[in-house]
Amino acid sequence: MTHVGYLIAGWSISVGAVLAYAGWVLLRGRSLSRRVPENRRRWMMPDD
Amino acid sequence: MGTAVFRDAWLIAGKDLRVEMRSRVGLNQIVPFAVTVLVLFAFALDTDQEALRTYAPGLFWVTVLLAALLAIGRSFAVDLADGASDRLLLSGIDPIAVFGGKALAVAVQLVVLEVLLGAGVVLLFDVTVHRYGLLVCAGLAAAAGVATAGTLYGALVAGLGVSETLLPVLLLPVVAPVLIGATRAFQDAFGVAGAEGWAWLGLLAGFAAIYGVFGALSYGALLEEA
Amino acid sequence: MSTATTSSSATRVGVPATTSSRATKVLGWLTLAGFAVLVALAFAWVPEDTRITEQGDVVGQFDAVRLMFVHVPSAILAYTGFGLTFLASLAYLRWRTDWWDMMAHSSAEIGVVFGVLTLVTGSIWGRPTWQTWWEWGDVRQVTALVMVLVFIGYLAVRRIPAEAAVKARRSAVIALVGAVNIVIVNRSVDWWENRTLHQQSTLFARKIRDETLFTLSFSFAVGMVLFAWLLLHRFRTAYLESQIEELEVQEALEERRAEADGADHGREQP
Repeated sequence: MTHVGYLIAGWSISVGAVLAYAGWVLLRGRSLSRRVPENRRRWMMPDD
Repeated sequence: MGTAVFRDAWLIAGKDLRVEMRSRVGLNQIVPFAVTVLVLFAFALDTDQEALRTYAPGLFWVTVLLAALLAIGRSFAVDLADGASDRLLLSGIDPIAVFGGKALAVAVQLVVLEVLLGAGVVLLFDVTVHRYGLLVCAGLAAAAGVATAGTLYGALVAGLGVSETLLPVLLLPVVAPVLIGATRAFQDAFGVAGAEGWAWLGLLAGFAAIYGVFGALSYGALLEEA
Repeated sequence: MSTATTSSSATRVGVPATTSSRATKVLGWLTLAGFAVLVALAFAWVPEDTRITEQGDVVGQFDAVRLMFVHVPSAILAYTGFGLTFLASLAYLRWRTDWWDMMAHSSAEIGVVFGVLTLVTGSIWGRPTWQTWWEWGDVRQVTALVMVLVFIGYLAVRRIPAEAAVKARRSAVIALVGAVNIVIVNRSVDWWENRTLHQQSTLFARKIRDETLFTLSFSFAVGMVLFAWLLLHRFRTAYLESQIEELEVQEALEERRAEADGADHGREQP
C-alpha cells in the first residue's frame, strides 16, 4: 500500500476531530440537562 | 418617494462628511496610518525596487482595505456616541437612505485616501501609470464595493462592544473578491502584468451592486432593534 | 428556594440527564455500524487508483484515493451545514422564532467542524497527489477556505454576550450575506487564475471505478446519518441553554418581586 502515512494522518484526524466534537457536545448536553427540569426536556419524556 | 430617499441619503452623507471634516480623524490619523503601512511594506520587501513595482497594486489595495476598516469603524462610532443613531431612527428617515448616505460618505473618504495613497505608491514604489481611465474607474468601483459591504458589516457589528475586533474578522474575507479584482485591474493600469483590466472592472462593479442592494434591503432589519 | 426544587426534580433517579433520545440512539448506532463498513470497503474492497497511459506509464492517485472517503463526505457535510444555516437564517428573519435561530447556530457549528476537516484532509491528499500542501490555483480549495473563515466569523458573533434577539437577527443577516459571498468568491477566484487543478467532477467521469463510486456514495450516506445525529444533539444543547437562560430570568424576577413585597410590607407596618 502506498501513502500509508498520509492515509493514517487523514483518517485519524477525521475520526479524532469528529469524536472530540461529538464528545464535547454530549458532555455539555449532560451538564446542561442537569440544570433543566425534565418537563422542559421533552425528548426524554415517555412516548406520548 | 424616490427623490426623498435620494435627498435624505445626500443629507446623511453630508452630515457624516461634515463630522469627518471637523474632527479630522481621517486626515490626522487614518491617512498617516496608511502611509506608514506602505513604508512598512517597503521595509518588508527590502530595497528591491523591482519587487516593489511588481507588487505595488496588491500592496496598495491591502493598505486601502486596512485603512477602510478604520474609516468604517469610525463612521459608526460617531453615530453611536451621544445617541445620534437613535435620533436618526426617530427622524423617520428611510433605512435605505441611511444606508446609502453612510456608504456614500465612506466611499468619498476611500476615494480621497486612494488618491493620496496612489501618489505615495507612484513616489515610493516607482510605479508609472499606463492607463488612467482604467485606474480611475477601478478605484471608484472598488471604493463603492468596499463602502457598501463595509457599511453593511459596520451596522452588523455596531454597538456589540467588540466591534473593532469583530469588523476585520467578518469584513476581510468578504471583500477578498474586491482585492482580487482591484489588484488585477491596477496591474493592468500600471503595466506590470497583462491582466484584462476592464474585465475585472466588471467584477468590481458587480460586487458593489450586489452589496448595495443587499445592504439597502437588510438595513431596515438591523435598525429596527434600537 | 425554587432552585432547590427544580434541581432535585431534574436529577431524580432513573431519568438520565442527557440530550439522547431513542432517535439519536438509533442514528448513533447506525453511524458506528456504517463507519465500520466504510473502513472495510475503503481499505479492503476499493482497488488503488491507477491507469496506464498510451506511453505505457502507470499513473494515478494510487492508495491516496482512499483519503477521498473522508475528504469528500466532509466537504458535503460542510456545505450541508452552511446551506442549512442559510435556510434557517432566512426562516428566522421571516418567522422570528427561537427554533430557527438555534437551528442556524447548530448547523453552522457542525459546518465549521467539517469545513476545517475538509481543508485539512484535502491538504493531506494534495501533498502526495499535487506535490503541494496548498494550491492557490485551485478554485474549490480557496473558496472552501474563505467560506470557513466567513462562518468562523459568524460563530464569533454568536459567542458575543448580547441581547438574544439582537444577536439572532444580526447573525441571520451575516449568514445570508456570507452565503451569497461564497458564490462571489467562487466566481472571482475562478477568474483569478482561470485554471483549476481539481479534478473536474470526478464523480461522473468515466475513469472512476465502480467500487470507488459505490464507496463514495456509501460514505455520503454514513455522513448524512452522522450529520443528523450531531445536529439533534447540538440543537438540544442550544435548546437547553435557552431554557437555562429563561429559568435564570424567572428566578431573578421572583427574587425581585419578593424583595419588593418585603419592602411594601415594611412600609405598611411602620
